Amino acid sequence: MATYSTNEFRPGLKIMLDNDPYSIIENEFVKPGKGQAFNRVRIRNLKTGRVIERTFKSGDSVEAADVVDTEMQYLYNDGQFWHFMRPDTFEQIAADKTAIGDNTKWLKEQDICVVTLWNGVPLTVDPPNTVVLKIVETDPGVRGDTSGGGGKPATLETGAVVRVPLFIQTGELVKVNTRTGEYLARAKE
Amino acid sequence: MLAHIRDFFAQRAVLEVETPVLSAAGIPDPHLRSLVTRYTGPGATHGRELYLHSSPEFAMKRLLAAGSGAIYQLGKVFRDGEAGRLHNPEFTLLEWYRIGYDHRALMSEVAELVTGLLSVHIPLAATESLSYQEVFQRHAGIDPHRAGHEQFAACAARHGIHPPDGLAGQHDAALWRDLLLSHVVEPRLGVGRLTFVYDYPASQAALARVRPGDPPLASRFELYVNGIELANGFHELADAAEQRTRFERQLHARAVAAGLPAVPLDERLLAALTAGLPDCAGVALGFDRLAMLAAGARTLAEVLAFPVDRA
Repeated sequence: MATYSTNEFRPGLKIMLDNDPYSIIENEFVKPGKGQAFNRVRIRNLKTGRVIERTFKSGDSVEAADVVDTEMQYLYNDGQFWHFMRPDTFEQIAADKTAIGDNTKWLKEQDICVVTLWNGVPLTVDPPNTVVLKIVETDPGVRGDTSGGGGKPATLETGAVVRVPLFIQTGELVKVNTRTGEYLARAKE
Repeated sequence: MLAHIRDFFAQRAVLEVETPVLSAAGIPDPHLRSLVTRYTGPGATHGRELYLHSSPEFAMKRLLAAGSGAIYQLGKVFRDGEAGRLHNPEFTLLEWYRIGYDHRALMSEVAELVTGLLSVHIPLAATESLSYQEVFQRHAGIDPHRAGHEQFAACAARHGIHPPDGLAGQHDAALWRDLLLSHVVEPRLGVGRLTFVYDYPASQAALARVRPGDPPLASRFELYVNGIELANGFHELADAAEQRTRFERQLHARAVAAGLPAVPLDERLLAALTAGLPDCAGVALGFDRLAMLAAGARTLAEVLAFPVDRA
């Protein structure tokens, strides 16, 4: 069993706590004058996303979590699982609804995503920061309006709904920020 | 700021001294680890270990016992294992001793120096002094001298503190107090002012005199500004036999609780105490933290030329 000493604590380190994997967000070394030193950490539960605080005695060890981020290409959804492939080894894995969460609406076949594996099983899937998607439905725009002021809802090929400028038409490609869900620009094939 | 400090002591006829950074003896405190180096050469053909001082306290007490009178020192000290927002393994310490002062008299002088240094940079309300018991009662709602481990645990839970594994069922009052002090009490001390905390539990006396009573209390104080511990002072223990007992108890705690190697005791300090240390009070003040507060910085790294990760 791999362990980390509190001296190895840093943001991004993955540790096990109460049988769940956590990622360290913030680590503070605190020591009262002439007293015991502690490491006070804020950690995120990688399964639930919940952030909690914990305190360790400096010098103590905690179990390391076997969590790795891998770049994988999204292949297809079979109705139950989302399938991904490592571009270098062609190794394929399937992620369930829990791992994908709301990100299903940004997943486009062929796109490279970051799949976080815990003991080899997908824990979370992060789509690229920006994706280019086709508009499948939006109200006809007003001719000549290029300002984009106001905007209108548009449904994308993956089912996501984003606000786009009035001049954007059904069938066009748009670039979207997946972290904020905002329209960025028109895109070409 | 350094010039201000030297001027402050020059006006009071306190002598500036320098003592060796390297010492044959280590510090037995179970919560301190010395950095160690090795000297080989005349007098040590096969080499011998020398400890980098964690404070100039022992050497300065030898000077006091030799009749130096009031002295101060401004210099680098070293502590292994300490690095973070408020810690760096080497830092600048201002340490001074006053003959005939007790910890109360020295607290007034510390307040005068620190107020003079900081008030030109940050607004400061009137200085306050509270006992260790009062700060725990005020900020954590608990009596640190009489609480049992269930009360300590309940207090931690009330403040959303999840104690380290293994502490939950333990009766280690000192560890519980350190946890609550560092997590709950300290961040609330000295907000916009100087706050002195005095009368520590006898178990946290370090090198301070202990006054008998119920509970017995150590003549020790600490100074906080904006939640940051700036200084630690004692009405100095002058009893050599008591000092040896404390050293031996610390060595035992060091080996058993902290699993740290033993260090040679400072026999020269013990000999000096036996010869007679004048009645005095002493204090150590972290200069880098003072500079940090004056600069309105949040981390030591902002006021150090090169912190340890870039040393």
